[in-house]
Amino acid sequence: MQPESAMTPGLEVTVLVSVGRHPLTGRARRADQDARGVELARSLANAQVRLLHAGMRDESSEAALRGYLGMGFTELSLLEQPEGADVLPALAEALDAMSPHLVIAGERAERGEGSGLLPYLLAERLGWPLVSGLAAVESVEEGMATLLQALPRGQRRRLKVRLPVIVTVDDAAPAPRQSAYGPARRGAFETAAGPVSDDEQWAAWQVQPARQRPKRLKIVKAASARDRFKAAAAKAEGGSGQVLTDVTPTQGAEAILTLLREEDVLR
Amino acid sequence: MSDLPRRDPRQEWIARNRLHPRHAEVLLATGQGAASEWWGPGGLVRRNPHAVGFVGPNGVKRIDRSGTQQGAGGGGATTPAAERKPLVEIEAPAFMVAVVPDMAGGRLSGHDRDLLGLARQLADADPAARGAVVAVVFGPHKEANFGEAGIDRLLHLDSPEVAGYAPEARLGALIMAEESWVPRHWLLPDSKLDGGELGRRLAARLGERPATGVWQAEADAEVATGWHCTARGAAGSLDIRRPLPRLALALAECAEPVSETRHAAAELALPQPLPSTLSRIQDLGQVSVDPSGVALSEAEFILSAGNGVKDWPGFHHAAEVLGATEGASRVAVDDGFMARDRQVGATGTWVTARVYVAVGISGAIQHLQGIQTCDKVVAINMDPGCDMIKRADLAVIGDSTQILEALVTLVAQAREEKRDAA
Repeated sequence: MQPESAMTPGLEVTVLVSVGRHPLTGRARRADQDARGVELARSLANAQVRLLHAGMRDESSEAALRGYLGMGFTELSLLEQPEGADVLPALAEALDAMSPHLVIAGERAERGEGSGLLPYLLAERLGWPLVSGLAAVESVEEGMATLLQALPRGQRRRLKVRLPVIVTVDDAAPAPRQSAYGPARRGAFETAAGPVSDDEQWAAWQVQPARQRPKRLKIVKAASARDRFKAAAAKAEGGSGQVLTDVTPTQGAEAILTLLREEDVLR
Repeated sequence: MSDLPRRDPRQEWIARNRLHPRHAEVLLATGQGAASEWWGPGGLVRRNPHAVGFVGPNGVKRIDRSGTQQGAGGGGATTPAAERKPLVEIEAPAFMVAVVPDMAGGRLSGHDRDLLGLARQLADADPAARGAVVAVVFGPHKEANFGEAGIDRLLHLDSPEVAGYAPEARLGALIMAEESWVPRHWLLPDSKLDGGELGRRLAARLGERPATGVWQAEADAEVATGWHCTARGAAGSLDIRRPLPRLALALAECAEPVSETRHAAAELALPQPLPSTLSRIQDLGQVSVDPSGVALSEAEFILSAGNGVKDWPGFHHAAEVLGATEGASRVAVDDGFMARDRQVGATGTWVTARVYVAVGISGAIQHLQGIQTCDKVVAINMDPGCDMIKRADLAVIGDSTQILEALVTLVAQAREEKRDAA
């Protein structure tokens, strides 16, 4: 998607990236929504995009992070944190120091608690506005960004917000480009140490692989045994639709139009 | 007329007396045509076996013992089911449980009702000191039965500041509610936009660490809050068991909705008017989306074409005028009239539309599987015996070309009139 108007020169964008988890194999990968966020940042004209990650550095996470470097970056800022640490103070400090115009993040992490709270906490701490569920950035002009927010059922809402702003990316944002192997190999990590705070609560909780949720039973609350029996023996669907035969096309169309109006789908 | 039953002793006496010349007449008049038993004057139940049953279509006498005829002559005032539920009023609640339902489409959704069920469990855990469930509702709504969903107090905020997408103003209102009543629990639906976003904002503002994706809560005396919860984490791949915090974002089906009691749903008001905050996010309103660009799987309104469509330009024109997303059956795709990504059904896309209009589609089983979750199905077809007609909520038998033309004309007319009026 090409932005229509000229951007402010040197729009500074920071994308918060995380290590994802493949839903089937459980292997580390670039997180889907974060990759969409990187793609969104890449589509902005005249923007200087930086990647920022806070977390542990080991073999598998490095391989996953190189997936972002392969989207056309030479370096990635890495705030080293021990496993199970709360990355909020380190990220807040780093963002405060960088003071970008636009911070892009995914909605929630694919590992750990994955509560989706981090962007909100960052926005609260930095005092910046936050817009969630973004589908596109339409334009950035004179310190104001025009954004498209994704609503359910493919609908969109246009919002205008003053920079600096933190945005989170919806699944409706454009799909990320493929990660190129060469640039991913050549890219460098710019490591920095940040403040470390332990997450004691997380350590105290019981964590186990998700088990299937029990299916809700259809409980029939009936006063008499006869009603209960009827509910148990009833067929799933009666199929009692209205059938109009031998009507003129106009009458048929009127009936359809009434239904469409009742359901409020005509605009 | 009052609903009080009026007795006529003379009529009752005639109805009891089988030898009375007006006996049959009075039985008919009182609606007890099949009065097969009655209380005799001596206090005994008298039965007339000849009056039992009815004559079936083949001329054979049938006796229906399923009980359908029991209530026929009842005549007593019937109370609606809603009023038979006991009304629970909590005058002096020990604490408050605040719920912010999503109110998608202006009504309580299933998700909201489940959440209110959970709130009820939290509020009623200790029968000696019961809490009250407060619902905070933003903007205009169409819901009439807040009480039946288990709401004791209703805080309805309908000022222009909180209308539309105004997360900051809504957060301000919730903070005022927090300061006024200090609820013991805050419960919000963990939905995509409304509840999920507002709940996280509230958590960040209050400095509480919320539980997100909660799908189960159970009482546990060993925990400080008295409740344990199980929440989904890491994109739904982990179960986290933890004490229930003050603020929880819960998934759908986290608890059974309230069904046995009615509650007062008394109106509540904030002690002060909402502060006028300067919103940093400006809502420019919904963007008109090109319906053909909407993914078929999430389109709201689909006009789908099958083998019966002969006039393809007319069909495309109708979809454009109605503002519907186009779909197709497999035959239409195979014949090259529609693109492959427009195919609806088990072998194409499973759609979730609210309204699905099937034009000239007879309804192969694969196609019907694909439209299982659609709310309303309209069929336009020549063949009155096809499977799509059986599935449809409204079926019009006739030539699809003419019906679509008429529909387009009607919609265009209605738009014209609206424009003239405006």
